Amino acid sequence: MKQTADTAQERNALMEKIQMVDFALVELTLYLDTHPQDSQAIQQFNQLAMESRDLKGAYEKRFGPLRQFGGSFSGYPWNWDNAPWPWQL
Amino acid sequence: MWFYEKKLQYPVKVTECNPRLAKYLIEQYGGADGELSAALRYLNQRYSIPDKVIGLLTDIGTEEFAHLEMIAAMIYKLTKDATPEQMKEAGLGAHYANHDKALFYHNAAGSPWTATYIQAKGDPIADLYEDIAAEEKARATYQWIINMSDDPCLNDSLKFLREREVVHSQRFREAVEILKFEKDRKQFF
Amino acid sequence: MYTPIKCYQPYYGPNDPCPPIGIKCYQTPPNLYLGFQAPNMQQFPIQEALYRGTLWPVLYDPYPTPMKKGGK
Repeated sequence: MKQTADTAQERNALMEKIQMVDFALVELTLYLDTHPQDSQAIQQFNQLAMESRDLKGAYEKRFGPLRQFGGSFSGYPWNWDNAPWPWQL
Repeated sequence: MWFYEKKLQYPVKVTECNPRLAKYLIEQYGGADGELSAALRYLNQRYSIPDKVIGLLTDIGTEEFAHLEMIAAMIYKLTKDATPEQMKEAGLGAHYANHDKALFYHNAAGSPWTATYIQAKGDPIADLYEDIAAEEKARATYQWIINMSDDPCLNDSLKFLREREVVHSQRFREAVEILKFEKDRKQFF
Repeated sequence: MYTPIKCYQPYYGPNDPCPPIGIKCYQTPPNLYLGFQAPNMQQFPIQEALYRGTLWPVLYDPYPTPMKKGGK
């Protein structure tokens, strides 16, 4: 039980980091859609895109795939459809 | 094509089993100014809008689906362990009779979602003004729901969604400015 | 500088059955004033932006609007 509580806590902490970085990426995406020539924002976007990729890699090693249709590698057996789903967390 | 990512855009936490709040929240699920309407509106308009703003409609439309999932998560959590008695007390008796705990695309008053909630006029200015209005209406709806909700965790997520309406409205307003001028946003660069 | 909320006193008729609410307010969010967002505006730290719902303080509009001391 203690083990699972720790795991859940670790999962949440890592997920929160991903949510933070991905949120900034959403914001910058919408901004760049109307400011396509802001090179500083593009630089920040690319930097964060790299961070997001790394964070997701770390999360997936521990808790399974995040991205559908080959965006993530599968473990064995097939673990894409393992619970919990986002609304179950 | 689209890809699902196994994560919520923003953490959704709910303090207590309160199906009454779910009844109100369903307004933003299948209501006129809800997230489904928003996603379908923008992702449909984008085919007949100038290239310069297709990206914005695509990206905001996609984000709206993430918001739809957040609303669904809230409704799911608020109702999943409620008894039929609690559903009845919350004014969800009619919903329960038809759907049990299943989500359904209707508004808080039970009217099913309809395509007439959204417009595609084919006129870029008319469409973007509709989008700006839609964002302000969704913002107002979140305000009214926050005013009625006493769940601090839920309100935290609702405040996030309200703020997103403010940002989307800002970007749509900028899209109008882009279409008003012939040259690319040179007034700033 | 703008205010994010405006208030007024709705007309109260002699035959209105409910006690008057007195003041009625409506929101006037920053997107009404900002115009085309200028580049390089100040940002929230990444860790904070998520919980604000925006990356830019200039677009941040807390609700309910926090009332200033001495305000109504």
